[in-house]
Amino acid sequence: MVGYNDCETSLWLSLGELDVLNDSADTDSTMQLSVNRQANWRNAPAAPQTLAQLKEGESGTLDRLDVPEDVARRLMELGFLPGHTVVPARSAPGGEPRVYRVDGSEVALRRETASRLILRAPSKKPCQAIEP
Amino acid sequence: MSDCHSCSGCAVATAPIPARPAVRPHVVAIIGPPNSGKSTLFNRLTGLRQKVANFPGVTVEQRIGRAKMNNHREVILVDLPGVYSLNPRSEDEQVTRDVLTGQMQDVPKPDAVLLILDSTNLGRHLVLAAPILSLKLPTLVILNMADDLSSRGGQIDTGELASQLGAPVALISASKGDGVEKVFQFMVGTSAGTTSLTPPKLELPILQDVPRCRQWAREVGIGAAYQAPTPPLWTRRLDAVFLHPVFGPLIFLAVVAGVFQTIFRGAKPLMDGLQSLVQMSGHWIGSVLPTGIFRSLLVEGVWNGVGSVIVFLPQILLLFLFIGILEDSGYLARAALIADRTMAKFGLQGKSFIPLLSAYACAVPAIMATRTIESKRDRLATILIAPFMTCSARLPIYFLIIAAFIKERPFLGPFLGTQAAALLGLYALGFLAAIVTARLLKSSVLKSERTPFMLEMPPYRMPTLRSLVLRMYDRSKVFLHRAGTVILVCAVVLWVLAHLPLQNGQPPNISDSYAGMIGHAVEPVIKPLGFNWKIGIGLISSIAARETIVATFGTIYGMEGTSDSVGLQKALQNELTPGGAFALLVFFAFAMQCMSTIAVVRRETGGWKWPAVQFAYMTVVAYVCAMVANVAVRSGLFT
Repeated sequence: MVGYNDCETSLWLSLGELDVLNDSADTDSTMQLSVNRQANWRNAPAAPQTLAQLKEGESGTLDRLDVPEDVARRLMELGFLPGHTVVPARSAPGGEPRVYRVDGSEVALRRETASRLILRAPSKKPCQAIEP
Repeated sequence: MSDCHSCSGCAVATAPIPARPAVRPHVVAIIGPPNSGKSTLFNRLTGLRQKVANFPGVTVEQRIGRAKMNNHREVILVDLPGVYSLNPRSEDEQVTRDVLTGQMQDVPKPDAVLLILDSTNLGRHLVLAAPILSLKLPTLVILNMADDLSSRGGQIDTGELASQLGAPVALISASKGDGVEKVFQFMVGTSAGTTSLTPPKLELPILQDVPRCRQWAREVGIGAAYQAPTPPLWTRRLDAVFLHPVFGPLIFLAVVAGVFQTIFRGAKPLMDGLQSLVQMSGHWIGSVLPTGIFRSLLVEGVWNGVGSVIVFLPQILLLFLFIGILEDSGYLARAALIADRTMAKFGLQGKSFIPLLSAYACAVPAIMATRTIESKRDRLATILIAPFMTCSARLPIYFLIIAAFIKERPFLGPFLGTQAAALLGLYALGFLAAIVTARLLKSSVLKSERTPFMLEMPPYRMPTLRSLVLRMYDRSKVFLHRAGTVILVCAVVLWVLAHLPLQNGQPPNISDSYAGMIGHAVEPVIKPLGFNWKIGIGLISSIAARETIVATFGTIYGMEGTSDSVGLQKALQNELTPGGAFALLVFFAFAMQCMSTIAVVRRETGGWKWPAVQFAYMTVVAYVCAMVANVAVRSGLFT
């Protein structure tokens, strides 16, 4: 269990860094994220866990959307559905918002949104077994 | 979660249609997701036979047009808002659903539906087909952008798709006009009542949530041998330039500067032409009519007043030509992307960007467009700042003052002259006031969480001449309508006030007229801004609409013998100090002189509280800033 606590703490920190601009609503997503045990967080470099961590041109598969329901629906209508592949493309000067290629179209998201779109862990990760 | 909605939809849709009188026109609704080319098709089908209105009771804009078919019958086309689904969550979706199910008051239930989808992105766009087809209305599924699909190596078996969906399918290119005859054929068929409904081969999803509809769309696509096209190469190439970390913002600035420079330089010959036309016709009327009160009203009141506003039409059209090119080409979405970080710093969200951009045309449609913002506080903040954006009604007075007081010199080499730079500065000033106000609002009374920014980047496309011409036609209609109504009435009222009370049966000197008295009465208040009583008359008349001030000047100075715009410039040079001129520009940048905007804010916010606060705030800001501007110029701060 110690490991999970560590896991939670480190995710907490990284999220805190990502979302400095964001205020109140973050606690929820952080709590939800802390139960995401798929990531190989101990061995650097860690696999990207959210869309925001993907580098330009890398691809990732969406697992779930940790956003309020109406936002999730709009995102899904734009193509961000679990199971779909997303590839980050160019960004506005300064690094955000970034354009993502998903389901045949290109959609721009701010980092705060992208960091709540959780990626499916690549296979053969230690935490994978815990997932039902 | 939406099964009950779709059921109720079906129930209404399948209910027996009461026998309707034979005279009732055939109504066809056009629906499609954003960026599917819906407007292009609508324009293609209706041409100039269209008008913009609001759906009754709500502020969602509806465009209604008439399409003439080759059997000489007419079809009423209703353009519905662009939606991704029919889940009644936002007002747009609610309106779309209500119209399609015949629950919208005063809008007849459509007899048929044109569902337009982007054939290059069919997987995602077919998602909307599920809720539309389950309404069981005669539907033509239009796959648009056929030219793109084939040039990028995509394929679709339309016959198979039609049997999969149980609805006819037409592969067209709305911008080029290819295949549009199939749309007319369909409408001829439905208006004659010969179209029969066939059940879809692949059953529609019962629970219409997004993942299920998307899965259904995938299966339909596979069934119809849909081959998605390769990614748009040119869009990638252009984005590499337009979204380049260094060149992107530079191009952005160059585009903006170029637009303003061209508006000033390019419109000049047209404007001069129009001006001499107005002048000549005025002289002609003056020469044929007998001297008297009627001639004076017509020439001084109507011709000088309205004519002095109409000469600005070319510049306004040129601005809309550029906005049209930027929007239709897809560059505007990139500009929104580049601007987003700045917007976020001021507490505004991405969705505020589009209404604010359209506020550059006019605040009224912009305030209506805020309906797409789900967060109530963000929406109110956007409504409150929208009138700060430089709307086209400000342009006549801006052009007039700038031309009169700023000498044209190169400012940034040959790219930007001082006059265009001054205009650009006024746009920046309005924008600055808007974002500072937003910051104030969002950090105090309208504090809320940030809502996410999601913006689809459409592929770059070549704007079509047809759609650009239609836009400019629309705009000139609006502009001339205002000139013919609000401004005409104001000009006539002003003329009357300037000619009464009669002294010994003769019109008085303007200074002694009722208009003059009003002007003198407000003079003490506006003196600190550097305005005299004549400017005061203009300011009061401009509360109705901003352009009216130019018409008022036209009437006032017309009575003194100068009528054309160059004469107006000269008259203003005598009337205003440089400080006063600068103050007048600043005042117009900030003040909320627009009846229509006040009315629409009252309607949208449901009371007089917010429009009153907004009017007071903007007037105070305008007054104080204009005073500062006047004092600053007078004390030589800018020399």
